[in-house]
Amino acid sequence: MRKSKLGLDFTKVDEARRLAGNIAADVQNFVENYSTVAVERTLCRLIGIDGVDENDIPLPNVVVDQVHNNKLLGHGILYFIGNAICSTGMTPQQIAEEIAKSNLDITKLPLNSIEKIQEAVMPYVNATVERIKNNVKRRNELLETLGEGSRPYLYVIVATGNIYEDVIQAQAAARQGADIIAVIRTTGQSLLDYVPYGATTEGFGGTYATQENFRIMRTALDEVGQEVGRYIRLCNYCSGLCMPEIAAMGALERLDVMLNDALYGILFRDINPQRTIIDQYFSRIINGFAGVIINTGEDNYLTTADAYEQAHTVLASDLINEQLALLAGMPEEQMGLGHAFEMDPELKNGFLYELAQAQMTREIFPKAPLKYMPPTKYMTGNIFRGHVQDALFNQISIWTGQGIHLLGMLTEAIHTPFMSDRYLSIENAKYIFNNLHDIGNEVEFKEGGIIRQRAAKVLDDALNLLAEIEKLGLFTALEKGLFAETKRSRNGGKGLNGVVEKAENYFNPFINLMKGGNK
Amino acid sequence: MSGGLYSMESKDFDKTLDLKKVKPYGDTMNDGKTQLSFTLPVPCNDEAIEAAKQLMKKMGFENPQVVYYKELTEGFTFFVCYGSCIHTVDYTAIHVPKVDSVKMDMKECDEFIKQNIGRKIVVIGASTGTDAHTVGIDAIMNMKGYAGHYGLERYEMFETLNMGAQVPNEEFVKKAIELNADALLVSQTVTQKDVHIKNLTELVEMLEAEGIREKVLLICGGPRITHELAKELGYDAGFSMNSYADDVASFIAQEKYKRLNSK
Repeated sequence: MRKSKLGLDFTKVDEARRLAGNIAADVQNFVENYSTVAVERTLCRLIGIDGVDENDIPLPNVVVDQVHNNKLLGHGILYFIGNAICSTGMTPQQIAEEIAKSNLDITKLPLNSIEKIQEAVMPYVNATVERIKNNVKRRNELLETLGEGSRPYLYVIVATGNIYEDVIQAQAAARQGADIIAVIRTTGQSLLDYVPYGATTEGFGGTYATQENFRIMRTALDEVGQEVGRYIRLCNYCSGLCMPEIAAMGALERLDVMLNDALYGILFRDINPQRTIIDQYFSRIINGFAGVIINTGEDNYLTTADAYEQAHTVLASDLINEQLALLAGMPEEQMGLGHAFEMDPELKNGFLYELAQAQMTREIFPKAPLKYMPPTKYMTGNIFRGHVQDALFNQISIWTGQGIHLLGMLTEAIHTPFMSDRYLSIENAKYIFNNLHDIGNEVEFKEGGIIRQRAAKVLDDALNLLAEIEKLGLFTALEKGLFAETKRSRNGGKGLNGVVEKAENYFNPFINLMKGGNK
Repeated sequence: MSGGLYSMESKDFDKTLDLKKVKPYGDTMNDGKTQLSFTLPVPCNDEAIEAAKQLMKKMGFENPQVVYYKELTEGFTFFVCYGSCIHTVDYTAIHVPKVDSVKMDMKECDEFIKQNIGRKIVVIGASTGTDAHTVGIDAIMNMKGYAGHYGLERYEMFETLNMGAQVPNEEFVKKAIELNADALLVSQTVTQKDVHIKNLTELVEMLEAEGIREKVLLICGGPRITHELAKELGYDAGFSMNSYADDVASFIAQEKYKRLNSK
């Protein structure tokens, strides 16, 4: 018997979960039949293709574009690369370099048997699977020997645009007590249909996600982790048009946390729904296998829609995201489902409603390292009140046992955080987490009181919404604007031309090798 | 700390308000009291505190006080300070060129348009030329908006198109004609070598050549744009830092109304 401090009706929770399961299964039926340019580029990366051509175009793009321009990508990039290995005896990287020099068209080579082709790519596939397994092993060793911060993990962002400056900021934050460092991406990277290459020192409002930047920050955090005696997790953004590629890069460089949410990209970046849902499936298989905790972006719904009125959309979306992640073989322990503290500070009893929702989310997803987001919408530039708003948010987080605590900054809405802003935020959170440490075990909520009623209402509303989405299907629900009051057509947005239907020779051995986690 | 909270020292400065010589107010007129905080890239020690005080003096503060300091990480020290500002400004001589409209929130703005214009206003936005930054135009136009200010997409009474970044002026003008736009929003973030000036000027010339300059409200925005500069370049308005969708929306609605009535 599941116990609830809120008197939640778990038969309703089960029903909501069943509906979300149907919605996700319907989406999955569609996904199975398609691939995308991003998924195929990911496969290139996973068999060792990296680098750029003389025009700085990444080689995975060069290779995939050649096949896509010949309208043959439905057979999968591995089919053509495998065939080229058989015919030329070159490695995938050498093949890519020859394509970049216009010396080779891999769609024009004589075809070998599918068995021979598959056999030719397997050594490269296995080598990468092994490398990622070793990364997971290494993380577990470090967690074992160094230990980690207690939950809620303190999550801070760095965003200077210059990876080397980010390193200084990140190490400072770790010394001050941060457990997770997220390197915010430069504005607009989510809409690039390629991943830039190499170390970068210029960005706008953030730093490019590149594999080299991942490597630089990973090294820096391992170094400071030894110094402070805690494993410091590294987070980046596995979203946008290169979602699965970033997942692969993260798996290869031992990132620990990834924002990974197709719904976010659809609603807030106007990315084509079909494209990003297909991309998400493979990216979550990789993240699941690599032991990466994903974060979903439901908190953002409440920045456009009203946080009090639309709280149930967050819960409904969390349930759908949970089911989609399960279908990609991701364990619940890696699902950092998102929610947020975004109600208008002028709202009477707002704290009670926020508390009810946070506790409700905790009880509905007992194993998930929930990602709890700080106030942003009503941060006004009054840094003094902002610091108090963050303090209320901190209280709810420790009270309800959240998993990942994104630190609010008193200077939210003014600038990307100064070193001192981060210090003040960490100090605020640590003070409150320590001072209220066990309050969650001490307090239960009054029967028939405001808090219990609020939780019950949000659950009821989410249940109704899920029933409606189940009837419509997720794509139609998005077209009707059921989330974040934003309408997104299944054929609109960016990236649809990168979607291909799988053809007879298609194969992707990573799905079988990675799905279901790393056991 | 000297001259602290309970100082009995007589305050012998002139305590009358003179708008020609305004300075900060703590608890007594003309005391100049200011609070500030900053970080210096030096280790935390007595020299660091002295460095903070000397810096305060250079900034124009008398009696600088460091009330709190803390080493943030090796080689970086954070300070919270107070001081009395020695500088004054002549408030009576200030003239700030302003966008001439009353700020309305989203609801008021939608209502204003419904009542006074009676149809949706068509707005096209883009970051034009070589500028690859969408942050500005997105902040104003996208559903999510910025800092809690919803973007124009969220408004019931705006029909919007955000063309994104690196939109050539030709394409922008073509779209404006095709959609019969009421207002054009141009975002310019990159200002190296005054590339934004050339680009903004080119757009005005093209609109004039097509004969639609007078038909549209032409608005530019960006961190280095001021209303004054915008007017000089032949725009109807310019928006800088700390302007949000509601500022832009209010201007468009009211200016459109004004123009309809002046015909």
